[in-house]
Amino acid sequence: MMHAPLAATASMDEPALEPFVQLQDVTHTYGRLSRTVTALDKTNLKIEQGNFVALVGPSGCGKSTILKLITGLISASSGAVLVAGREIGAEPVRVGMAFQNPTMLPWLNLRDNVMLPLKIVPPFRQEYRRKRKREYRDRVEALLAQVGLAGFSDKFPWQLSGGMLQRASLCRALIHEPQLLMLDEPFGALDQFTREELWGVMQNLWLSRKPTVVLVTHDLKEAAYLANRICVMQARPGRIIDDNEVPFPRPRTVAMTYEPGFVSLTQRLRELIVAASPSQEVAP
Amino acid sequence: MKGTLRRRAGSIALIIGFFAFWQFACAAFGIKDIVLPEPSQIIVTLFDRLPAIWPHAVQTLYATLIGFGLGIFFGVLIGVLIGSSRLAYDTAYPLLVGFSTIPKVAVVPIFVLWFGAGTVPAVLTAMILCIFPIVVNVATGLATTEPELEDVMRALKASRLDILLNVGLPRAMPYFFASLKVAITQAFVGTVIAETVASNRGIGNLIMIASSNFDVPLVFAGLLILAVLGVALYVIFSFIEARVTGWTRRTDEFALG
Repeated sequence: MMHAPLAATASMDEPALEPFVQLQDVTHTYGRLSRTVTALDKTNLKIEQGNFVALVGPSGCGKSTILKLITGLISASSGAVLVAGREIGAEPVRVGMAFQNPTMLPWLNLRDNVMLPLKIVPPFRQEYRRKRKREYRDRVEALLAQVGLAGFSDKFPWQLSGGMLQRASLCRALIHEPQLLMLDEPFGALDQFTREELWGVMQNLWLSRKPTVVLVTHDLKEAAYLANRICVMQARPGRIIDDNEVPFPRPRTVAMTYEPGFVSLTQRLRELIVAASPSQEVAP
Repeated sequence: MKGTLRRRAGSIALIIGFFAFWQFACAAFGIKDIVLPEPSQIIVTLFDRLPAIWPHAVQTLYATLIGFGLGIFFGVLIGVLIGSSRLAYDTAYPLLVGFSTIPKVAVVPIFVLWFGAGTVPAVLTAMILCIFPIVVNVATGLATTEPELEDVMRALKASRLDILLNVGLPRAMPYFFASLKVAITQAFVGTVIAETVASNRGIGNLIMIASSNFDVPLVFAGLLILAVLGVALYVIFSFIEARVTGWTRRTDEFALG
């Protein structure tokens, strides 16, 4: 697991490429007629391949909307969303997604839950029947072991804690080697210690596989710990108002989050978000 | 384990107690055979005349199972169609409710008109009686699938069929099996109704003939047979349900396979 030069950020790793994910003047509105809400307003965003970007901002700023747009779960009202240089849906880019809720299927044990993408996503699905008993199984076990779930693959979701389920959820998001990993507040429902532990797990997974990651989070420490780049968003209408590299060397540790440089970064982010939040609205 | 044992012992004691009370009451109050025969007499009648009753029981079971099978097939088909789209669900539901509220006895004459007396009306009546709970439950199971689970699949670019097979149907399984337990008893009701109206075979027909001859012990013997068959099928489907959908009850037995 020593692929990445420890003291380098991703932008130094690789030559400047065509951005892997690109949002061009994307506007997205929810609702109809007079009751529309502009979740995202003329937003531009470029993410290079293998980068780790965090989106932070007040609630309702369109963070999750960006994720859904990139994944293709929704399509933009106007503007273009390009992944790997093409319109979304034109080229099958493998995407992994993990949500705040681990969303494990309760009728499958952990192994089969994690194996689910291999059953669905080409090119794995073509060989699913032939390989599920040996090759895919070994692969799932190896990944589960990497996140500290060795020996749990026969357990059913209800037999595991929230932290364990979230680890499994990360495995399911990564088992089919996605080029793009979308994380929608994946650690939001966990307690502080479990969360910090999973930051480490997530960092290791990223360092060993280098997918392009977009992380949506409310936790500024989490964003600064995990991401190479942090985009701060404002709400109503949703826009990116700040975009900065995170300079800390990898692998990062929880202890680093208490160092002055780290604290001043999160503090600066916090001030930006407070300033961007809709003023305390008083009911008319 | 101790709890289950106690509950089982309780149910068995209640059943035995019920028949004992019946036996006792008939003797104590001198109730005549023609009104309410004693359980012992019913059982004696059942065994004495089993060779005559048996073909009827087989006929009823046969018609019920075919009707039930057709009911499952069409019920699941319609349930999947209705449940997998919001529009279909909203559109078809009123019509479905309309059909379900028609008393099914009323349609037996129509089936007789179309297909003549015999097995076919019995099968069809069994089918239409058991189809509704299956349709409703399968459709509800599919329609109430959590959107998050579907998002997981859609993020993987799964087709609608993939989502149906991997999320929708497994999720609807507990609903489906719950409906089967209701449906199998309903199918029996359907068969017997049709047999009493228009058939020369089957337990329903046997009961009609016996009652017109005032052969009340035979009527009750027929009822007993129906009860035993109904309970047996109910137990079978409960067992299958527990094996297939144990995850809903989160039992460790299921987890152990």
